Amino acid sequence: MPEIRNLTLNFGPQHPAAHGVLRLVLEMDGETIQKADPHIGLLHRGTEKLAESKPFNQSIGYMDRLDYVSMMCNEHAYVAAIERLLGLSPPPRAQYIRVMFDEITRILNHLMWLGAHGLDIGAMTVFLFCFREREDLMDCYEAVSGTRMHATYYRPGGVYRDLPESMPGYLPSRWRTQKQCDRLNAARTGSLLDFIQAFTDKFPARVDEYETLLTDNRIWKQRTVNIGVVSPERALQLGFSGPMLRGSGIEWDLRRKRPYEVYSALDFDIPVGVNGDCYDRYLVRVAEMRQSNRIVRQCVDWLRANPGSVMVDDRKVRAPSREHMKSDMESLIHHFKFMTEGYCVPEGETYAAVEAPKGEFGIFLVSDGANKPYRVRCRPPGFVHLAALGEMVRGHMLADVVAVIGTQDIVFGEVDR
Amino acid sequence: MPAYIEDLAVRVTAVLGERVRRYGSLADEFAIEVASEHLLEVAGILRDEPQLRFEMLMDLSGVDYLDYGRAEWRTDSATATGFSRGVNRAAPHTLAGDKRYAVVSQLLSITHNQRLRLRVWAAGVEDPMVDSLTGIWASAEWFEREAFDLFGILFRGHPDLRRILTDYGFIGHPFRKDFPLIGNVEVRYDPQLKRVVYEPVSIEPRTLVPRVIRHDNRYDPVLHDHPPGERAPVPGAPGADHA
Repeated sequence: MPEIRNLTLNFGPQHPAAHGVLRLVLEMDGETIQKADPHIGLLHRGTEKLAESKPFNQSIGYMDRLDYVSMMCNEHAYVAAIERLLGLSPPPRAQYIRVMFDEITRILNHLMWLGAHGLDIGAMTVFLFCFREREDLMDCYEAVSGTRMHATYYRPGGVYRDLPESMPGYLPSRWRTQKQCDRLNAARTGSLLDFIQAFTDKFPARVDEYETLLTDNRIWKQRTVNIGVVSPERALQLGFSGPMLRGSGIEWDLRRKRPYEVYSALDFDIPVGVNGDCYDRYLVRVAEMRQSNRIVRQCVDWLRANPGSVMVDDRKVRAPSREHMKSDMESLIHHFKFMTEGYCVPEGETYAAVEAPKGEFGIFLVSDGANKPYRVRCRPPGFVHLAALGEMVRGHMLADVVAVIGTQDIVFGEVDR
Repeated sequence: MPAYIEDLAVRVTAVLGERVRRYGSLADEFAIEVASEHLLEVAGILRDEPQLRFEMLMDLSGVDYLDYGRAEWRTDSATATGFSRGVNRAAPHTLAGDKRYAVVSQLLSITHNQRLRLRVWAAGVEDPMVDSLTGIWASAEWFEREAFDLFGILFRGHPDLRRILTDYGFIGHPFRKDFPLIGNVEVRYDPQLKRVVYEPVSIEPRTLVPRVIRHDNRYDPVLHDHPPGERAPVPGAPGADHA
């Protein structure tokens, strides 16, 4: 009689369904998972330690690179933590801009998630559809910050600059004919707000398209229904947040329960799942995209009607304008000191959390009164969710591991930091 | 102080009494410190007591207080030595007591919509140790592995205390304040040996921006009787009540 023992299988770190650099050591009984041990840290860059070696403002860019598909939400938590210690409150227009871009970021993140999750478990077309809309939103990022991903747009006390009055367009090239450019540029003749408004008008129909492909799709349901079920009690124990928690039926959203910025003035709903399986989490995220679209639209309307400053008028946290810097000696000195030494933040500690697309993204900031943070701690939602992977896949088949990784919406930038 | 924080403070004092001590934080946050021998007991009460019900552990992290409040650029006169003050590493710092490592947890009560920060000092400087919270909140498992990996804090009773973020076979605890930012070893591929080799770093550690601690009257609690975090009126600003 041959000896029968479990097979240990190595999954990743270079695997298309590992969403980056996840290495899983799987203990298999046939094709059933007995135990899964995630090995992480392959993308560990020491972001927190780096942030502790630099003046406060120079680390905003690092935050983009944590969860690199929900860039501005990470920045938001970081600048919110600094603002809390400084006792600053950004002007209303900056708050609306932040909320609008947080929600654009949420749509960006969920589109990326939907496309990649679909691709992982066999739905090719959704990916192409999602990336078509992502392109438009990336253009919004570009219009406002100059970069398509790592925006570094938020600042303690507001945002870097006001929304532009014109939207960059496409030029014909070897890859794009004049006709294609005309089609792409049709919505780009006005301001950024016009462009975003046009997007919000067409987006609900686009979400319907994705749903047509997936929601009642027999294969999609076979791959997701009753896979990776998490009970509400367990979700609390495991520290879940965001769609992972709401998918299990717990209505908890920081935008509603602890409204920051102007969320209390906006009208939106919190979608909640019932069964806590991959399919419910899919429905929650798709519903969230529709809600985010509503929020973006409300912000556009408000921003059109209310021009104003987008940065606090506090010279301790705001560099002088280029114009002043080049004509005024004191401003030049101020600018130099601001950019090299930065500003000192009063002694204290705080925890600032935002409802990032993946869940609660928090920054625990300790300052000892210096121009650099004493300790920056990023609380990444993905890290907590991945910790529960072993529990969620136990007893499932190998192919379901991919579905569970997908449903957790893991991004290694934030898991490994 | 907002009413909901007052309310929480009253309830925490009523339930936990002398075992915890409130320590400084912003007006709309609530932070308590607990002695390490009471940690598990207090954490259990925080989770189960119906008046508190902190059913979620959102975050747990280590903090190394070795260099706390130490500036790298403290001088009374104009310097003739340029930036060297920031470049040269300061002499090793000796702490007065054994308060070097703290473990800070962020708790969340969904029932009462409250947050609470729980700080506990790890006993010992060489092998700092605290009790593990994994038995109370399952989410503590990876957080504690991370705090062990990055700070070398040991968690008594943790089921699987392995390194998590650093490389296999990594030596040291990188987030300690006496661990150089640039690290201790660098890797390169050796064509002769046909493998990756580890060597001591060739880069000299440098401080690009020295730490400066500037006294700012606006935040001085003695000069301005206002709660921490709430901004004192700027002198001369319109509407400022400046004496």
